[in-house]
Amino acid sequence: MQMSGAGIFVKTLVDLGVEVVFGYPGGAVLNIYDALFQHAKIRHVLCRHEQGAVHMADGYARASGKTGVCVVTSGPGATNTVTGVATAYMDSIPLVVFSGQVPTLLIGNDAFQEADIVGISRPCTKHNYLVKDGKELPRIMKEAFYIASTGRPGPVLVDIPKDILINPAPYNLPKEVSLRGYNPNYEGHPKQVESALKLINESSKPVVYAGGGVILSNASAELLELVHLLSLPVTTTLMGMGGFPGSDPLHLGMLGMHGTYTANMAVSHADVVLAVGARFDDRVTGKVDEFAPHAKIIHVDIDPTSIQKNVRVDVPIVGDLKDVMRKMIKAVKAKEAAAYRKKMTEWRRQINAWAKTHPLTYKPSANGRIKPQYVVEQIYKITKGDAIITTEVGQNQMWAAQFHAFDKPRTFLTSGGLGTMGYGLPAAIGAQVAMPEKLVIDIAGDGSIQMNIQELATAVQFQVPVKVVILNNRALGMVRQWQELFFQGKHSETIQPNIPDFVMLAEAYGAKGFRATQPGEVPAVLKKAFAASGPVVIDVEVDQEEMVYPMVPVGAPLTKMLLV
Amino acid sequence: MRHTISVVVENEFGVLSRVVGLFSGRGFNIESLCVAETEEPGISRITIVTAGNKQIVEQILKQLNKLIPVLKVSDLTGYDTVDRELVLVKVKADNDTKPEVMRLTDIFRAKIVDAAPRSYTIEVTGEEKKINAFLQLLRPFGIKEIARTGKIAIVRGT
Repeated sequence: MQMSGAGIFVKTLVDLGVEVVFGYPGGAVLNIYDALFQHAKIRHVLCRHEQGAVHMADGYARASGKTGVCVVTSGPGATNTVTGVATAYMDSIPLVVFSGQVPTLLIGNDAFQEADIVGISRPCTKHNYLVKDGKELPRIMKEAFYIASTGRPGPVLVDIPKDILINPAPYNLPKEVSLRGYNPNYEGHPKQVESALKLINESSKPVVYAGGGVILSNASAELLELVHLLSLPVTTTLMGMGGFPGSDPLHLGMLGMHGTYTANMAVSHADVVLAVGARFDDRVTGKVDEFAPHAKIIHVDIDPTSIQKNVRVDVPIVGDLKDVMRKMIKAVKAKEAAAYRKKMTEWRRQINAWAKTHPLTYKPSANGRIKPQYVVEQIYKITKGDAIITTEVGQNQMWAAQFHAFDKPRTFLTSGGLGTMGYGLPAAIGAQVAMPEKLVIDIAGDGSIQMNIQELATAVQFQVPVKVVILNNRALGMVRQWQELFFQGKHSETIQPNIPDFVMLAEAYGAKGFRATQPGEVPAVLKKAFAASGPVVIDVEVDQEEMVYPMVPVGAPLTKMLLV
Repeated sequence: MRHTISVVVENEFGVLSRVVGLFSGRGFNIESLCVAETEEPGISRITIVTAGNKQIVEQILKQLNKLIPVLKVSDLTGYDTVDRELVLVKVKADNDTKPEVMRLTDIFRAKIVDAAPRSYTIEVTGEEKKINAFLQLLRPFGIKEIARTGKIAIVRGT
């Protein structure tokens, strides 16, 4: 059966089960858009900037566990995706980005809207392709989805020249993917699992350090079971939020630069650290030589390159967390477990003492200013923790992680690795498209929200009812905080002199706008705004001088925290 | 410490940039690099000489393995291997010095492959030590140009 390349493209998407595509049309992908016109099975969500499309696909993927899909045109369309792709790469999110390319014969000619996107995206994709023959298109697309979603997930880019989309070719979708050089290992080695359990059994001060991998491998239930079986204290990374219930008594909160006192002290005094799906990133370890100085380290990860990269590991286990934790649960004997839980009493007493003397807190409001942490607490209270929360990057992100407990996986979506400002709004739109029944809230700052605010138009056009809460401190708060602490309070370019009126701006886009300026009105305004239909922006004027604490200065060990 | 790494790859579009980009992007060092097809059509071998401590080399090997078109990565360091490099060296040689240059060429079982009034171009193959010794002895005559292939290596026996 012969079809045009664009016809093959759309048919392959349907056959691979794709339901939603985020994108933006252009010259090189006109044929794709022609084939997608009023398509019965594929829904297209039109972004207003290609970076927005990638973050939407990313939010869609994080919220649903499915692979996010984007279509963009050549040249600037493709280069605009790079930040989004790099964001997904750092956080291991399964995405497939299809970019149009100039016709094969013009490649390398500096043709109109030509960019070497395969070259540009090589270091920030898991893999990428340039399609050179129309009959290869279905195989390449199938491989792209397979690579993106298996092993350690990540973004894959497929660049398709315009002539490939126009010319007819046979449609032939292979049944299986076979890649000689790609065979991720899912099975944890039983010997290593045994060694890990032996270490834990001999320990008296264990800490589980859980990262985003728990969520990616859908291993939350196994983690919960293992942890409760042995009564192990758990700290989660920013990416691991929701992978273990935030309100569980065994949860110590986040660790690292803005982690809780309890979590940082526990890791620093632990004699065994069980790292699951985490990568010892610099924001977590602080001064790496002094990270968990007394601990033997067990590291479970599906990606061998994560192991031994930043810290020395005593028991490495390469494999899928779900598999490894199931093996661990199975290997623990009931009698041993009961004895071990008893042994934990003392360690937990110490941990509870830290939590009691140094809880996560902030100074209450003075001068009638709204505390941003209070706003986050109110969001949690009003939604009963049942919303999907996305964040921008900076103080808003840290306060969301600190003052909102996340009990379920895939409910806290944030750019952890790359730290991309402008992530929250498009990610919220993508998450809402995936989960139409859920309340989706972007906890934003006045700086970050302006980086992709154009996507409000997308939310209005498709009536995606996301709620954007702007913690408006009229400053680039996190940078301002560093200037305050480490640059003698010289606020170079961080106080924003010309903030738009976000209520009017929301209304200009056709969304609803709300505002809160006094602490007393916060609960009522939030309630009203969350109950309103359609996309909503809530501008909350918060205390400009508020800082994120605890804070471990760069280069300091985790025990050297600046506190409230 | 120096390591010789042999990487077997699918010979597809862009594979070399993936390998090289990995080294530059992560700040790993490449001392020499050599690429050509193997006995199997469509499959190439890249031989890379790199330097780094144990942890860095472990990362290099793992990162290379992670690339999709990479089929096999082996660190040949510590194995009993045959190593070779081919070098073309153009050395100044006038009537006074030509006999001595020819004598050295003989001693090292090298070959003069081009002769000009004031220079010889010599082809020499061998392992690193031999090549370095030869170049060292030629240096006083005045080396005009050197082209080296970079090291290739294969494990002995079996």
